[in-house]
Amino acid sequence: MGKVGSAKRIEVAKVEDLAVGVGKRVELQDEKIALFRLNDDRVHAVQNSCPHKQGPLSEGIVSGDHVFCPLHDWKIDVTDGMVQAPDEGCVKRYDVEVENGTVYIVK
Amino acid sequence: MMREKLVLIGNGMAGIRTLEEIMKIDKDRFEITVFGEEPYPNYNRIMLSKVLQGDTSVDDIVLNDYVWYAENQIELHTGDPVVKVDTKKQVVYSENGIKRPYDKLIFATGSNPFMLPLPGADKEGVIAFRNIKDTETMIEAAKSYKKAAVIGGGLLGLEAARGLLNLNMEVDVIHISDYLMERQLDAQSGKMLRQELESQGMNFLLEKNTDSIVGNKRVEGLRFKDGTSIDADLVVMAVGIKPNIDLAKKSGLKAERAILVDDYMQTSAKNVYAVGECAEHRGIAYGLVAPLYEQGKVLAEHICAEEPSTVPGYQGSVVYTQLKVSGVDVFSAGKFVDGENTKAIRVHDEFEGVYKKVVVEGDKVVGAILFGDTSDSPRLLQMMRDGQDVSEMDKVAILPSEAEGGSKESPVVAMADSEIICGCNGVSKGAICSAITDQGLSTVEEVKQCTNASRSCGGCKPLVADLLELTTGAEVANAKEPMCGCTDHSHEEVVEQIRELGLSHRREVMNVLGWESDEGCSKCRPAINYYLKMVDPINNEDDHTSRFVNERLHANINHNGTFTVVPRMYGGVTNADQLRKIADVAEKYEVPLLKVTGGQRIDLFGVEKEDLPNVWEDLGMRSGSAYAKALRTVKTCVGEQFCRFGTQDSIGLGIELEKKFEYINTPHKVKMAVSACPRNCAESGIKDFGVVGVDGGWELYVGGNGGVDLRGGDLFVKVETKEEIIDTISAFMQYYRENARYLERTSHFIERVGLDHMKKVILEDEQGRKALIERMEVALSTGKDPWKEIVDSEEKKKELFEKKSVEV
Repeated sequence: MGKVGSAKRIEVAKVEDLAVGVGKRVELQDEKIALFRLNDDRVHAVQNSCPHKQGPLSEGIVSGDHVFCPLHDWKIDVTDGMVQAPDEGCVKRYDVEVENGTVYIVK
Repeated sequence: MMREKLVLIGNGMAGIRTLEEIMKIDKDRFEITVFGEEPYPNYNRIMLSKVLQGDTSVDDIVLNDYVWYAENQIELHTGDPVVKVDTKKQVVYSENGIKRPYDKLIFATGSNPFMLPLPGADKEGVIAFRNIKDTETMIEAAKSYKKAAVIGGGLLGLEAARGLLNLNMEVDVIHISDYLMERQLDAQSGKMLRQELESQGMNFLLEKNTDSIVGNKRVEGLRFKDGTSIDADLVVMAVGIKPNIDLAKKSGLKAERAILVDDYMQTSAKNVYAVGECAEHRGIAYGLVAPLYEQGKVLAEHICAEEPSTVPGYQGSVVYTQLKVSGVDVFSAGKFVDGENTKAIRVHDEFEGVYKKVVVEGDKVVGAILFGDTSDSPRLLQMMRDGQDVSEMDKVAILPSEAEGGSKESPVVAMADSEIICGCNGVSKGAICSAITDQGLSTVEEVKQCTNASRSCGGCKPLVADLLELTTGAEVANAKEPMCGCTDHSHEEVVEQIRELGLSHRREVMNVLGWESDEGCSKCRPAINYYLKMVDPINNEDDHTSRFVNERLHANINHNGTFTVVPRMYGGVTNADQLRKIADVAEKYEVPLLKVTGGQRIDLFGVEKEDLPNVWEDLGMRSGSAYAKALRTVKTCVGEQFCRFGTQDSIGLGIELEKKFEYINTPHKVKMAVSACPRNCAESGIKDFGVVGVDGGWELYVGGNGGVDLRGGDLFVKVETKEEIIDTISAFMQYYRENARYLERTSHFIERVGLDHMKKVILEDEQGRKALIERMEVALSTGKDPWKEIVDSEEKKKELFEKKSVEV
């Protein structure tokens, strides 16, 4: 992914700190973010708040590319932030880069 | 390309539904701006009475939250009414000075409550019942005042009165007519309604005409034209609504009672439409949700059509009402008053408090009243909508619930696919059934999200539930039920394969059985995890990533993402030391709420996730498993230790049971209770395993359930010793562990396999019983206090509970 001139990389975690299948909560000042290390070690980040009733997605069951919100079981694709049918909506996703075992959020 | 500009005046149910319909047809056609007077997003006004009655909260009645507006790129101005419309230049102006040009303009300004112009009507404490603010005012008033008066014994007035009763106020309902809801009921049903509501605690003053409202600054009472008077600290006027058409009139739109519209909801001004309660179509201004939604649909089709004339217009609606007061079923539709040319079928069962009246004109049903049993309402409505010829019909076919013996069958069974289940949103039986089948829906909530059925007044929820049962239940009878959408295999088949092939990991299970998704879903993952550990408790590892958050973090998640901690108190017995520790922890971690649970322990609500391990460590108590699919608590009465009636040591047995079975995984939660005598103070009759002490022994009840499906436990066996009780529970629970489907409570399990079957395998088969107990012992040997495990492991604490804060 090409970098935009003004993009800022913020170090948020080490890959080794992230357990596969368990979300990690990260707070970037006021922004609450959920980090997910998927089965194939890709790392993705979305806003840690379900569009339904603001459930903390970091606490959901992670399966494949999806997380299930712990409050009412909405299914959300963590790679693109899209809520899956029959529910509708989306959450904000963040660009993530991993370099030498360090996870960065690119803003 | 520039998009056309659409401005909507009014952010309520009719207007927003019209936008939804428009976007359904063509999402990107319009650039939309919405002005609303109230400071809220679109909410379900019909449900305000439920908010007042305490059944739901304001948050829950929001239909379209702010995110929805943002996602659909709708510019929303709340708390900012439009004050001027220039229909020549096609521009609107808001109170805050916002100016927006439009290509199309929709008036959906709704209506205002009609306030009687009585002397004193401007006093503090005199309100209407129309919006969130009124509802909040009533809830607030109930905290400091005692006596309420509701003027108006119609639908809204009675719903308000019921809400005020729930808020512990004394309620007088003043009504001008000689019976209640005279616009929807006849004298007989009005009288029955009055009797029912009087028994709920309402007081009625009928044929009363209010003369004035008395008091100083705040209202103190009402005076009537006949010279009598009453005291009141709060007066709610619910005498009707009047369409909100001031702005429309000022803007030069033709209006009578409401804004005049044609069959396409078009007003007298070009490109200006009106929809909802503010619109008058063929002489009728509707005040119910179903017609408003029908109008919205027609308007959307018209606005979006390339060739406007090809779209059929709005032809008026068959209206009906349902009273939303708990414990009272009232339905009314169409022309229910007897006339010269009408005949009626009446059923009046004074024993059951049921009254039904179906009015027939010529060969068609034109109106109906149902009181006490409204199950025929969808069918009657459909007959009225279709104009069905009933001249040759059997009376029982018109009121099928009156059929002998057939009265237990849900009315949905006999309905045709085209019949409407949800009148508010116009959703048919066929649409709901195909959504259930095609999308694998399993809850009313899912059906609601997917089809809009029961999203408005909620009156059709029982029918939707019946349809779910009918649709999915029929499949169960004909074909096996798959575990979830990821597989065709049933629960039983998965367990069988795990046993036969010795599978030990969820990936293995999914691979071998050809799972359709990569890693399963929130339904199959926890189930497989349970089955693996059940089949081989010693060798198979628990996979915490397959567990629901509560069972992964060993606390109950709350709506705001905080957690609740419930430490174990065996048999509900505690001591000063424990209470002191709980008090210290509550102070140290600023726990917002301490509450005694139904299972005789103490809840610490609102603990932050990262504090959980420290809270457990400081408490020094064991996990109460209040979140687990496992034994929860054993509730006990005080028994022989202090009670003058107690014949047995209920506390002792309760503690023994709780210590023995804590931390055993079960298909669903398991609750127990021990009472020392048949007075049953520990409520043993509604527990999975309920023990009752009797003279010289113990009775064991099984399959009780105090939750969603209330079920009294079945007497399973009567024995003399504690040991026999423990052995029986042990064998029973192991059989349940091995044979129930994941998330099947004992109550449902027993219904499915039969009590006789359970007696046979547990009580009559000596060998089998022994083997079950042995396997239970093996499983029990793996049980550990999960809190201690986490407190002792830095690694687990970091993996599961750490929160990272990053400075930017």
